Amino acid sequence: MTDATHIDVSYVANLARIDLTEEETKLFQGQLDQILEYVEQLGELDVSNVAPTAHAMPLVNILRTDTPRDSLDNEAVTANAPAARDGQILVPKINEQF
Amino acid sequence: MKYEACIGLETHVMQKTRTKMFCGCKHEYGAEPNTNVCPVCLGYPGALPVLNMKAIELCCKAGLLLGCEINPHSTWDRKNYFYPDMAKNYQITQADEPLCLGGQVMAEVNGELKTFTLERIHQEENAAKNTHVSGASLIDYNRAGTALMEIVSNPCMHSADDAFAYIHALKLIMEYGGISDCDMEKGHMRSDVNISVRPVGQEKLGEKVEIKNMNSPSFIVEAINYEIDRQIDLIESGGAVVQETRGYDPDRGETFTQRTKENAHDYRYFPDPDLLPVEISAEQVAVWKSELPELPVQRRERYVSELGLPDYDARVLTAEKSISDFFDAACKQTKQYKLVSNYLMGKVASLVTEKGIAIGESRLTAETLAQVAELVGGGAISSSAANELIDVLFNEGGDPKAIVEEKGMAQVSDDSALEQWAEEAIAANAKAVEAYKAGNAASVNALMGYVMKQSQGKANPPAVIAMLKKKLDA
Repeated sequence: MTDATHIDVSYVANLARIDLTEEETKLFQGQLDQILEYVEQLGELDVSNVAPTAHAMPLVNILRTDTPRDSLDNEAVTANAPAARDGQILVPKINEQF
Repeated sequence: MKYEACIGLETHVMQKTRTKMFCGCKHEYGAEPNTNVCPVCLGYPGALPVLNMKAIELCCKAGLLLGCEINPHSTWDRKNYFYPDMAKNYQITQADEPLCLGGQVMAEVNGELKTFTLERIHQEENAAKNTHVSGASLIDYNRAGTALMEIVSNPCMHSADDAFAYIHALKLIMEYGGISDCDMEKGHMRSDVNISVRPVGQEKLGEKVEIKNMNSPSFIVEAINYEIDRQIDLIESGGAVVQETRGYDPDRGETFTQRTKENAHDYRYFPDPDLLPVEISAEQVAVWKSELPELPVQRRERYVSELGLPDYDARVLTAEKSISDFFDAACKQTKQYKLVSNYLMGKVASLVTEKGIAIGESRLTAETLAQVAELVGGGAISSSAANELIDVLFNEGGDPKAIVEEKGMAQVSDDSALEQWAEEAIAANAKAVEAYKAGNAASVNALMGYVMKQSQGKANPPAVIAMLKKKLDA
């Protein structure tokens, strides 16, 4: 499984829907372990008095008013989809409820 | 052994905004598929979501109506999953720092007022609508990205009745607060139910099962009752409840396994780099608080204390916001509050049921109902004529006074007409007259019935009684 110092590459690849060969899995596992080890060095710092950062920019409250604006044409939308029918996007059958 | 169920609800409420949560596409029901969509809600690379300030306001106002703390600093996260109802492959939500914390819902369960505590309310976005056809699915992204808030209760309910009362109270508050229309048909309010059982007296919660995505309160009740029995039976027969997600099949009246813990989702939440935190000052909270509308329980109190209605009337009228709003509007035009209440609970309610339409869809208006109450209160028409008049106004509309005139509904209080009917009644009902003279005062009612019949309901009853007594006692 995955914790702060180890990422299970085949588990994460499965979550991300990436097909990896056995060689790739092995290669990336080694590389990722190295990267995590490197990042682990940050653990030496005392951050107990530092607030967690939600964003790199020191900005808050970027908001817009609730005013409608034009949307895209349906033709443009369906033209961008791999398949469409009756103005809707057509996808392989899905049935699991999320 | 005695068991106790512990039930928590995660209720999704669609907010009443004009545009979506992160883009300016219109939020409207029933539009042509994929016409209210743009690069943001279609998840095109490089598109930048921007928060809708009205949605933030509505979420916080919902929180204030429910007694939540408004989080001074809240943040945005991505919940990752692969499913075509979210084109981005993630849903924007609030994992660690939601807008509202704590809070409670008060609800009456079988006559007892209970307090159900909340854990939080967070703001997120809705998913697209999927239609399943043979061998494929069709996706309409109009609903994708619309403002959706999730109200999470603690596992503080113990029966289907508790959950039903909780949902009903929550719905009323959302409607009265102007947060959501809560139209169940349009999926404005859907709940996931977490449910576990434990032996009475045990502190630790049992293994929980989640039943997903139900919009009908009656299905929620059925699902909870089924699930409590299923879990107790399982434990009693030596088995164990496993943590899983189940669906409810209303046709079979059963819940069924959808997903077990082994293949549970790992949503890999992480902070959304596209969105900056929201900070809400105490001053802003004070302004929102001052703008909060009257809640059903406050209206109920006002109807009793200021308008002098019986508590029963106040409760019935406030049970539905459209009725209560109609009542308030009518009472701006007349002081005959009790009469307006009577007609709304009586004739109007039966017409609404009979025709299967909402009061707002009928031709009756608050003004015309107020005029009916004035006509009755002033003695111009009788109660039975009023019912007839409301029927006409409900179905056809029009000016109440003109209809009264046209249909000859006016009540007769004129002495010469009453005198003639009274004399006829006395002449035709010797027995009742005799009884009256022998001291049975109630037998005057038989004479009045005769007059009402002769006058086709137009005679003014108190005036008839007075006239009859005058004649009999003479």
